[in-house]
Amino acid sequence: MASVPPYALRALARLDSAARGAPALLGWLFGSAEKAVDDALEKLLGETFEKRLSRVPLALGRSGVDPFGLDPQWTKYVVLMAATLHRKYFRTQVHGIEKVPPGRILLVANHSGQVPIDGAMIAAAMLMDAEPPRFVRAMLEKWAVSLPFVSLFFTRVGQVVGVPENATRLLEQGEALLVFPEGARGIAKTFDNRYKLAEFGLGFMRLAMETDTPIVPVAVVGGEEQYISVANVEGLARLLRMPVFPIIPQLFVPGGQLPLPTKYRLWFGEPMRFSGDPDDDDSVIEDKVWLVKQTIQSMLNRGLKERKHIFW
Amino acid sequence: MLITGICGRLGKQLARVLHRDRRVVGVDRRSFPDKPKDISHAQVDIRRKKLKDVFRAGDIGAVVHLGVMHDPRASAADHHSWNVAGFTKLLEYVSQFRVPKLVVLSSSNVYGPQPSNPQFMTEDAPLLGGQNFSDIRDLVEVDILAQSFFWKLPETETVILRPVHILGSVHNAPSNFLRLNPVLTVMGFDPMAQVVHQSDIVRAIERALLPGMRGIFNIAGPEPVPLSRYIKILGRQRLSLPYSLARVIMKRMWTLRLTTFPVPELDHIRYVCMVDDRRAREVLGFAPAVSLEETVLSVDEGRW
Repeated sequence: MASVPPYALRALARLDSAARGAPALLGWLFGSAEKAVDDALEKLLGETFEKRLSRVPLALGRSGVDPFGLDPQWTKYVVLMAATLHRKYFRTQVHGIEKVPPGRILLVANHSGQVPIDGAMIAAAMLMDAEPPRFVRAMLEKWAVSLPFVSLFFTRVGQVVGVPENATRLLEQGEALLVFPEGARGIAKTFDNRYKLAEFGLGFMRLAMETDTPIVPVAVVGGEEQYISVANVEGLARLLRMPVFPIIPQLFVPGGQLPLPTKYRLWFGEPMRFSGDPDDDDSVIEDKVWLVKQTIQSMLNRGLKERKHIFW
Repeated sequence: MLITGICGRLGKQLARVLHRDRRVVGVDRRSFPDKPKDISHAQVDIRRKKLKDVFRAGDIGAVVHLGVMHDPRASAADHHSWNVAGFTKLLEYVSQFRVPKLVVLSSSNVYGPQPSNPQFMTEDAPLLGGQNFSDIRDLVEVDILAQSFFWKLPETETVILRPVHILGSVHNAPSNFLRLNPVLTVMGFDPMAQVVHQSDIVRAIERALLPGMRGIFNIAGPEPVPLSRYIKILGRQRLSLPYSLARVIMKRMWTLRLTTFPVPELDHIRYVCMVDDRRAREVLGFAPAVSLEETVLSVDEGRW
């Protein structure tokens, strides 16, 4: 065993733990802040967070953590933020969420709005408006996992690294997995392409067929107007190795950094089931993906027609 | 039955369990002072010709290879000649003397901790352990050598076990790491990790010795929990440093011979390296018997 001078390390550790939580004042502050969070959440949810949590189907071990590192106690603050945005800021209208079947599902949605608030709103709806409430899982970029704090935070609130093995395992575990088959192409649309679905990836269909998972199409209306991108500077994007470089004029107006308070409308469609060989040719898979894409597009079109105003 | 590396803590445990119902022959460079009477021990280096005499002496029904050297301070050449050349010799005798069973204790470290790892890796995941930690390349090579043996000598039932971090009185990196006080963690990282108790490994080897068992098996213990939970169970203090600082300090401590942990080991406390043990549960019929708390607390048992 190493002969590390133990006194030196122990002194360091003591400093570390002192800095972490020794002052009683801080503890008191945190304590009352936590109570405020609990109260605010109770108001938004209509019941305590713990009570809502008890109805969420989760694969928690004895240690209170699921195999992917989701710790429901950590999610409280994120849920509060998402719930506030959901109920107060975007005043989301949710349609057809009762069609979402229990057990494993693949939520497939259109992606929009430069910043993935649409994902947070779908997750908030699934936790606040669905019965039983569900925790939506989504997939993270690989590089995000190598960042300190970011990786820890996202893991604890239930996000997993975006590799096919993880998706399969989550579905086998009976989770609700959210995917945006448009990917970065979708979220970074310029304003002229609003509510026009970009090209869909095929991976989600193969995944659904492999694991025999129903696909729930979701149309998100209201996301495209939160940040209006008037142009995409491709040269700059390439230079900065970003997928896109959007020009968003509102960012230069004081207060415009916040998304515009559009009214979100979520439309959940009838679950779709697909069977066949998940390793089939792209052309075969493409036909099935096209079906899902058309369903979402027509849900979007209907949602847009029924919308009287962008902001209310 | 022949056990290489019998004088390690795991080897001794295994020998004590197995010698009750079969004849055990041990091979190790080290001596075996308090060995049970019915175990015969040959104090030989597995790279030497004398190893052949052990095979010649009696008909060996099975070989359990635990004799892997992993001393981070030893040179790469030493590692290579011991682990790879020595193992090649052993394989040669196994095939020459038609030994019907070969059990190799590899490790899930051969997969390596990476940010892009799936949460649970199956036995066909690529062995990338040496990618960022070149000192363990020889261990990856041992695993691959054993795999090639499936094809070379199909009549020998070869079993490769890839256990997660083994805890107990053993002196390996994960047990030593949890014996630190304070335990070092990297700020902003708290990966999920799997551990298994040494006695569960003995059980897994027993299962692997059953006739008909062959193939590669990931071996995991109780349910995975975050690293911080292990430290909490032990009631240790925690020292969390930013990665860049931890790396610099460890590098310095390593050159000053103040620590036995080489710098790349830091990846184990940043990224996940967990395995899917479904195959072991279904095919091998192995299930861990020691609970999470007992497994973790066992690192303090063997202290001296």
